[in-house]
Amino acid sequence: MRITQGAFSFLPDLTDDEIRAQLEYCLDNKWAVSVEHTDDPHPRNTYWEMWGQPMFDLHDAAGIMGELAECREAHGNEYIRVTAFDSTHGVESVALSFIVNRPAEEPGFRLDREEGPGRTQRYSMVSYAVDRNPAGERYPT
Amino acid sequence: MSEHTDTSATPAPDARVDPVGSASEPVTIDLEREYADAGIAEILDSLDSDLVGLEPVKRNVRQIAALLLVERVRERMGLSAGAPSLHMCFTGNPGTGKTTVAMRMAEILHRLGYCRKGHVVAVTRDDLVGQYIGHTAPKTKEVLKRAMGGVLFIDEAYYLHRPENEKDYGQEAIEILLQVMENQRDDLVVILAGYEDRMNSFFESNPGMASRIAHHVSFPDYSGEELFEIAEKMLAEWNYRFAPEAAAAFRQYLEIRRNRPHFANARSVRNALDRIRLRQALRLFEERGRELTADDLQTIHEPEVRASRLFDPECDDTTDTTDEGGTP
Repeated sequence: MRITQGAFSFLPDLTDDEIRAQLEYCLDNKWAVSVEHTDDPHPRNTYWEMWGQPMFDLHDAAGIMGELAECREAHGNEYIRVTAFDSTHGVESVALSFIVNRPAEEPGFRLDREEGPGRTQRYSMVSYAVDRNPAGERYPT
Repeated sequence: MSEHTDTSATPAPDARVDPVGSASEPVTIDLEREYADAGIAEILDSLDSDLVGLEPVKRNVRQIAALLLVERVRERMGLSAGAPSLHMCFTGNPGTGKTTVAMRMAEILHRLGYCRKGHVVAVTRDDLVGQYIGHTAPKTKEVLKRAMGGVLFIDEAYYLHRPENEKDYGQEAIEILLQVMENQRDDLVVILAGYEDRMNSFFESNPGMASRIAHHVSFPDYSGEELFEIAEKMLAEWNYRFAPEAAAAFRQYLEIRRNRPHFANARSVRNALDRIRLRQALRLFEERGRELTADDLQTIHEPEVRASRLFDPECDDTTDTTDEGGTP
């Protein structure tokens, strides 16, 4: 099941040139871009591992593309996203975030139902990949 | 949109490097129009008019610009000789205009399309080399990332190499630098700057660095007349001017100052003028009570120039390390 999180996730995966163009847009807006990766893509898992620090004061996307290439080399079988942070006073939040790398196989999520008091029904989503294997081995290379 | 499911594979080759499509190779090319279209004419002209002297440098910059322009045209005709190496080395004494020319160079490279953004990141050893093990690589990479798409100007680059200390982290920075200079030639142009003799010994001990630098530009010292011209230009820019006797006094000042230690060409001229402005302001302040005209506020008179410590016959302290060796 294809995971759709962040911007552009209903489009086919962006090519490197398209990613570069989006990053140029971020830099034109003076946003700081960072690269993050995870092997637990639960929608509620907001905090992904950081690949290096957010990159401030960049003028060109080449630097970010370099970091992204390094991250793909190390975590090619995980989800990688880039996040653009708008540090304008009063905004100070993520302005754009999109997935730039995903595992070859995405097993998707299971819906768990739990009986609560009375006839309440609680639902939770469980990732097959996370259920099956410990961290680091969740997606086969 | 192209299918691109396996992004974990090696990144797609950079499409930007691809030469202009071979389908429509023009038969003839008007170099004159290319020159006008690129808009480098005005930069070269302003280089000529804004910077006093520096004839060999101007000739060198013109050569490089011509090479790049012709290379661009050749590429369009399908005659590409591969991306030219653009890393440069500027050598010369302090205050001879290395940084200024580097800024212009960045602009020329940008207009010709060899530099995507055309900004200049000026750094020294401190910005590249860390203080403990493992600190240098991230620091250097950070600077390189900031400079991508523009020009990385490394001032006094020879300090990166400290032959007396084998464990110095400078070597690590040099290695990262070399790697990027080689592999990401179209992302980044590196300009090294510093004194001629120390730069030469730096290249001798780092042959890898020397072989990756294509253009060596050496900046000569200014002559006395050129220094005076620079001074007049600076004053005009700040809306000041010399009274005739003051001009003569300043020429004398330059002659003395040039032969003193720690003379930094245009920078010393600027500092001297700054001090003269201080004295002029003080004189006006002390004369308050009379009506001042715009002319009074602009003109620098002889006593302000003569007040410099250099004119003091007792001042022959050559060990002084301040710029002029004196208070305003």
